[in-house]
Amino acid sequence: MPFIPHTESDIKSMLDTIGAPTIDALFDEIPESLRIKELNVPTGMNEMEITRLMHDRAKQDGQVLNFIGAGAYEHHIPAAVWQIATRGEYYSAYTPYQAEASQGTLQLIYEYQTMMTALTGMDVSNASMYDGASALAESCLMAIRAQRRNKSVRILMPLTVHPFYRQVVTNIAGGQNLEFVEIPFDAKTGLTDLNAIRAECEKGIAAIVIPTPNFFGGLEPVDELVDIAHANNGLAIAVSNPMTLALLKPPGEWGNAEENRGADIVCGEGQPLGVPVSSGGPYFGYMCCKQAYVRQMPGRIVGRTVDLEGKEGFTLTLQAREQHIRRSKATSNICTNQGLMVTAATIHMSILGAQGLERVAASSYSNTKKLLGLLTKIDGVESVFTSENFHEAVIRLPKDAPTVLEALSHKHIAGGLALGEFYPELKNCILVCATETKTDADLELFAQELKSVLT
Amino acid sequence: MLIFEHSHTGRYSTAQAPHDVAETAIPKHLQRTERAGLPEVSELQAVRHYTRLSQKNFSIDTQFYPLGSCTMKYNPRACNSLAMLPEFLSRHPLAPVSHGQGFMQCMYELQEMLEDVTGMAGVTLTPMAGAQGEFAGVAMITAYHKARGDTERTQIIVPDAAHGTNPATAIMCGCEVIEIPTMKDGDVDFDALKKVVGPKTAGIMLTNPSTLGVFERRIKEIAALVHDAGGLLYYDGANLNAILGQVRPGDMGFDVIHMNLHKTFSTPHGGGGPGSGAVGVSKRLLPFMPIPFIKKNKEEGEQQYDWVTEKELPLTIGRLSAFMGNAGVNLRAYVYARMLGKEGMQRVAEFATLNANYLMKRLADAGFDLAFPERRATHEFIVTLKKQAKELNVNAMDFAKALLDEGFHAPTTYFPLLVPECLLIEPTETEAKEELDLFVDAMVNVLRNSEKDSAHVKAAPYTLPVRRLDDVRAAKQLDVRYQKGVA
Repeated sequence: MPFIPHTESDIKSMLDTIGAPTIDALFDEIPESLRIKELNVPTGMNEMEITRLMHDRAKQDGQVLNFIGAGAYEHHIPAAVWQIATRGEYYSAYTPYQAEASQGTLQLIYEYQTMMTALTGMDVSNASMYDGASALAESCLMAIRAQRRNKSVRILMPLTVHPFYRQVVTNIAGGQNLEFVEIPFDAKTGLTDLNAIRAECEKGIAAIVIPTPNFFGGLEPVDELVDIAHANNGLAIAVSNPMTLALLKPPGEWGNAEENRGADIVCGEGQPLGVPVSSGGPYFGYMCCKQAYVRQMPGRIVGRTVDLEGKEGFTLTLQAREQHIRRSKATSNICTNQGLMVTAATIHMSILGAQGLERVAASSYSNTKKLLGLLTKIDGVESVFTSENFHEAVIRLPKDAPTVLEALSHKHIAGGLALGEFYPELKNCILVCATETKTDADLELFAQELKSVLT
Repeated sequence: MLIFEHSHTGRYSTAQAPHDVAETAIPKHLQRTERAGLPEVSELQAVRHYTRLSQKNFSIDTQFYPLGSCTMKYNPRACNSLAMLPEFLSRHPLAPVSHGQGFMQCMYELQEMLEDVTGMAGVTLTPMAGAQGEFAGVAMITAYHKARGDTERTQIIVPDAAHGTNPATAIMCGCEVIEIPTMKDGDVDFDALKKVVGPKTAGIMLTNPSTLGVFERRIKEIAALVHDAGGLLYYDGANLNAILGQVRPGDMGFDVIHMNLHKTFSTPHGGGGPGSGAVGVSKRLLPFMPIPFIKKNKEEGEQQYDWVTEKELPLTIGRLSAFMGNAGVNLRAYVYARMLGKEGMQRVAEFATLNANYLMKRLADAGFDLAFPERRATHEFIVTLKKQAKELNVNAMDFAKALLDEGFHAPTTYFPLLVPECLLIEPTETEAKEELDLFVDAMVNVLRNSEKDSAHVKAAPYTLPVRRLDDVRAAKQLDVRYQKGVA
């Protein structure tokens, strides 16, 4: 019996102790009519058989040369990261509610919180959320809670926020009496239209969402956006790829105003920090905020304290915000953090350090620049926006984008994401990304194959 | 010592980072002026630090977790290594489906197997945890009523023994929570339910077996009552391990169920996640399922496995994660499900129940009071330390901490809220009889120690990396990040 250690004599002696004739008798409180005889799932496989099956399935998928980013980014992950993260002591540990028996995980989360506040320039980080999209949804809900005195429930949501994030935000937060106002982008720069933002602010706002790098890879005018939010009594919610924050000005320092600097809430997808792209998950969402809002923040938070003997130790804190205590009055129904992913990310950040992460960021930046240079040399291929970009960009093709991508996929190249489905005005445009994992030869191969598909 | 306290300015693992490139052309006003304060250590220092930290954890691989409601069963190693094959890890979520047929077939077959074990018409794997599965479930219930123009149905009924996520979820979905009491025998108060069911009822959220560790015997009557009133039934799958392959929520009359794959299907708890909260629905909720999930095409010339999106499911409650949920967790669950197979799945509930009833009987014989002595244990049961708290001044928390010194993770304490000084104990099917016997010895040992010297027990644990922690200080003098030079 897979994973069940009982021998016949165990079963007999246990039933004797219980005083039941059979195991089946233990189910005698369940109405007989509800019992089922047999399932339809296939017969079990042993480890050798399932290993063969999974290797076959994996081989069937193969590996492609990938130039898609769009919210999930390929980066080199040091070998040590997952070897340590999958140690049984991390992998098979429970949520650290019993603090004395969970000091490893708790200290690690405290270190993670420190690293995320260092990258974002914020005061507080939680122990992580499900993913970037749900972290943004929770950030919007949190902004409304923090802004109760402000009568507005309007959140300005630029169209340069990842389309899937916008969908998730509406689906998760939509039922709770808040209003999302879409903000167009400038057709030339691909950046959020500041005039549209200012116009909407006149009707009152609770918060402005500020994505940078935005979905198109562009660097938004973050200082102006934060100042506009604050000048209109709104909060600034930053959504940012944390890897890029190794080089970019941290959201905590955004703004030109003398007072009230910085974004108020910062969130985003933590996947670029040591988590493989793996078909979309598991990843982790990160979430940080200013000290003033910590009690409105959802999710677990670890604090440093002392034990009976005055020795330093770590424990989950501010639990009174959470569902298992507050039930219907909780800040969120969330009762998980992506513990194992955070474990990997923390080890990843420790090994790379700020310098290593800067190199990853600069190398991704320069590879994308190189790629753009190569691709736009092809007849009919052009850069769409004039904005300064990080490691992603939009290009227009002279032919139907999905057809071109399909042709590339036959050559084992994932050439980017077709944008027409999300932005009708960007028909025949694709979003491309080249991280530090791509060599010059890779970039040239992509350009060569694209050229041959187009001619 | 914190990783930051090992830092040396300028040190990092050069071989793990890419080669240096020329400076970027990012405008100065968008660049950071000071290097981010991450650790500056060698690879060895990082490896040693995090290996040592891991040794300060309890885990299933090192200790028995009789942790009620959490199903801390063994996480087979094969599930991890096979989900981490390079092709699976490197597949981009937006990659063409032609390069994901192997992966997608696994996900499709997992959907099918979960449909079968729950008796549901459709399953989607996209919710990222149990609580998000709950959210999806209640959102579908409200979408269903709305689509029928039944807009008055805004009340969700929740028993007082429910998980905290149930009422929190109902509120997130814009519903009102109506709580109903539990009777002395652990079943829902049927008469109280009758009184609150009506034209405003959107649905009821139930866990069966309940969080009290007993099977809800009148489930069919409850289903009929709620359905007749126009409401739907939500099944909280936290306790699915108790009935896997024995009874199906769909046959009990439930319209929607979330499963915690990190419990019943043995994906790792990972120190607090990631989970996966697959959702199954009855026929009438099929049009509302969260996307994306996987369909199998029959036509020639099409890829065999493809995504179902809003295009063909216009009434869907939509996307709940940026991509398709915790794909890698679902792969682990798939491997586990295939290894168990149909016979193995039935054994899960049988042996989880055998272990729970055995442990319950042994603890009762050893002098512990059961919350529901007349009832069978399902896969878990409750011991109440009300008597010990009164006579010996040793409460459930003291017991929990003292058990840590005995080498066992504590059972779930103070949940469900309505049983005073409770320990909710769930041994799971993967523990051997001798481990259960050792746990009984440990419980008895703590009890004897409490009789001899309760003050000693109240100050446990003694043998762990830290003694009992000052939670009040943690919350009042909030210290949630390291700052150099600030103690």
